[in-house]
Amino acid sequence: MGRIVLDKVTKRFGSVEVIPPLDLTIEDGEFTVFVGPSGCGKSTLLRLIAGLEDLSSGHIEIDGADVSTVPPAKRGLAMVFQSYALYPHMSVRKNIAFPLRMAKLDQAEIDRRVSNAAQVLNLNDYLDRRPGQLSGGQRQRVAIGRAIVREPSAFLFDEPLSNLDAALRVGMRLEISELHKRLKTTMIYVTHDQVEAMTMADKIVVLRAGNIEQVGSPLELYNRPRNRFVAGFIGSPRMNFLEGAEAAKHGAHAIGFRPEHLGISLTEGEWKGTVGVAEHLGSDTFLHVHPEGGGETITVRVDGEFTARHGDIVYLTPVAEKIHRFAADGLRIQ
Amino acid sequence: MATQHSRSAARLMMAPAVILLLGWMLVPLVMTLWFSFRRFLPNRPDIVPGWVGFDNYVRFVTSSAFWPSVQTTLIIVGGALLITIVLGVLLALLLDQPMWGQGVVRILVIAPFFVMPTVSALVWKNIFMDPVNGLFAHLWRAFGAEPVVWLSDAPIFSIILIVSWQWLPFATLILLTAIQSLDSEQLEASEMDGAPPLARFFYIILPHLSRAITIVILIQTIFLLSVFAEIFVTTGGAFGTRTLTYLIFQRVLESQNVGLGSAGGVYAIILANIIAIFLMRIVGKNLDA
Repeated sequence: MGRIVLDKVTKRFGSVEVIPPLDLTIEDGEFTVFVGPSGCGKSTLLRLIAGLEDLSSGHIEIDGADVSTVPPAKRGLAMVFQSYALYPHMSVRKNIAFPLRMAKLDQAEIDRRVSNAAQVLNLNDYLDRRPGQLSGGQRQRVAIGRAIVREPSAFLFDEPLSNLDAALRVGMRLEISELHKRLKTTMIYVTHDQVEAMTMADKIVVLRAGNIEQVGSPLELYNRPRNRFVAGFIGSPRMNFLEGAEAAKHGAHAIGFRPEHLGISLTEGEWKGTVGVAEHLGSDTFLHVHPEGGGETITVRVDGEFTARHGDIVYLTPVAEKIHRFAADGLRIQ
Repeated sequence: MATQHSRSAARLMMAPAVILLLGWMLVPLVMTLWFSFRRFLPNRPDIVPGWVGFDNYVRFVTSSAFWPSVQTTLIIVGGALLITIVLGVLLALLLDQPMWGQGVVRILVIAPFFVMPTVSALVWKNIFMDPVNGLFAHLWRAFGAEPVVWLSDAPIFSIILIVSWQWLPFATLILLTAIQSLDSEQLEASEMDGAPPLARFFYIILPHLSRAITIVILIQTIFLLSVFAEIFVTTGGAFGTRTLTYLIFQRVLESQNVGLGSAGGVYAIILANIIAIFLMRIVGKNLDA
């Protein structure tokens, strides 16, 4: 079980309101990702749920019980920190066993749970090493091991992959997703990386300056962003925006279209432009096109086989049904 | 070629400093060794100087004052270490808490370290421990108790108190910087893991401090072995407060027996080295981990 309900939660540091009143429900077993630019309050929100920060007002419920003033250890949650926060003077075995020893479980039970966790996370060969002797990915697994032995009602992850190199990050991302499928426990995951959010989440919560901009499944957010901020934040490369006359043609203050929803041609199309930088990824190529008559660069995603050089003239045509229209206040026009 | 040239040039340029330091250390050491094998009482023209072999060494150890002085030395060093480290850890924990006027408080805590040993011993002797006019005497009387004559009733404890007061700032300072280098996420993780404050202290903070503690022990032991001014000013070596250092001082300057005192000095070097070897092994083990 692990249904978490935030009810008008706020957080102030002195006179600065980091989290304005916020309501959110995280269903049991859901993989929820808090995503947003740095400083948007996503880590603070996670620490409020963990109990490491006190609420300024509002309530937090876990499985129907109000835990607003319950100390962190009694909330039945486990957290994986950005720096892993392993205890450097203890062996891996002792690190993983630490929460169980604190809970005063008997030794046989501790041994059983530690060897289970080591089995699940492939740590059997490292149990007697110190954290200092492990690689980044192994440390990450120890930190997760320390969380799962407690059998918590929910896991909290605070940017756990940001200290790993790119290849390892993709691997750990899969491992965490698989762990979630197997344990079916609620997980809350904080990241600033929208790729992590899109690939892992059942539900994404997009935050900006402590406000929830949109809550929804990855595809909902991708297909129907509620406002310009979410539209620009979700998807890589980011969405192109046009304002002014072009937007007025569609009856909106601004229109947005994703790089992958643009047709490209060397002979004809709606907008004419010159190719600037071309980024070749092999499978795809991202072209940065400078539209004729100035204005912001438009990014186009084309097939990796498409050859275009710096200075070539191209014509772009957006896919009509994939154009997002936004009003002056930034909200989506349905 | 260039490296070889510059290497020999570097050696040449370092030579004066190395020779000076070496001479600074070796000359007194050799002189001490030299005198320790001689009968040499400068104030007694009737005693002819000359070689005596190991006589001085045998006399120094068999003197009834030797073993008690070693014992006193170890008690004072051990006592001062115990007090400074226990209180140092507690003070460091306290000073690490965010509080109003933190900067001023930290400077005040360091203050005793700036007071010269002779001065601080005089301050303690006259202002605190004086049995008639001392602050402690007034305090005892305020509770209707008989004032303690500190320096004759509890002389070793008094000296430990004075020395600890002087060295507490040093221990606090080093331990405070160590505490500040502790990753706060580790404390938060242990809090989430259900460790109560006391367990957090013993399982997380104390192991983190172990390195700093061994360094404090090492440095303080070196300095505490040669505590002198505090004894000279307060008890003058009476009431069983004669340490090895003080015994050597008495042999050389009070009884003017340079040979005997030098032999004592050599014993002090040996004692310091035995302790240093032990400490280095402990520290080495701790620094490796």
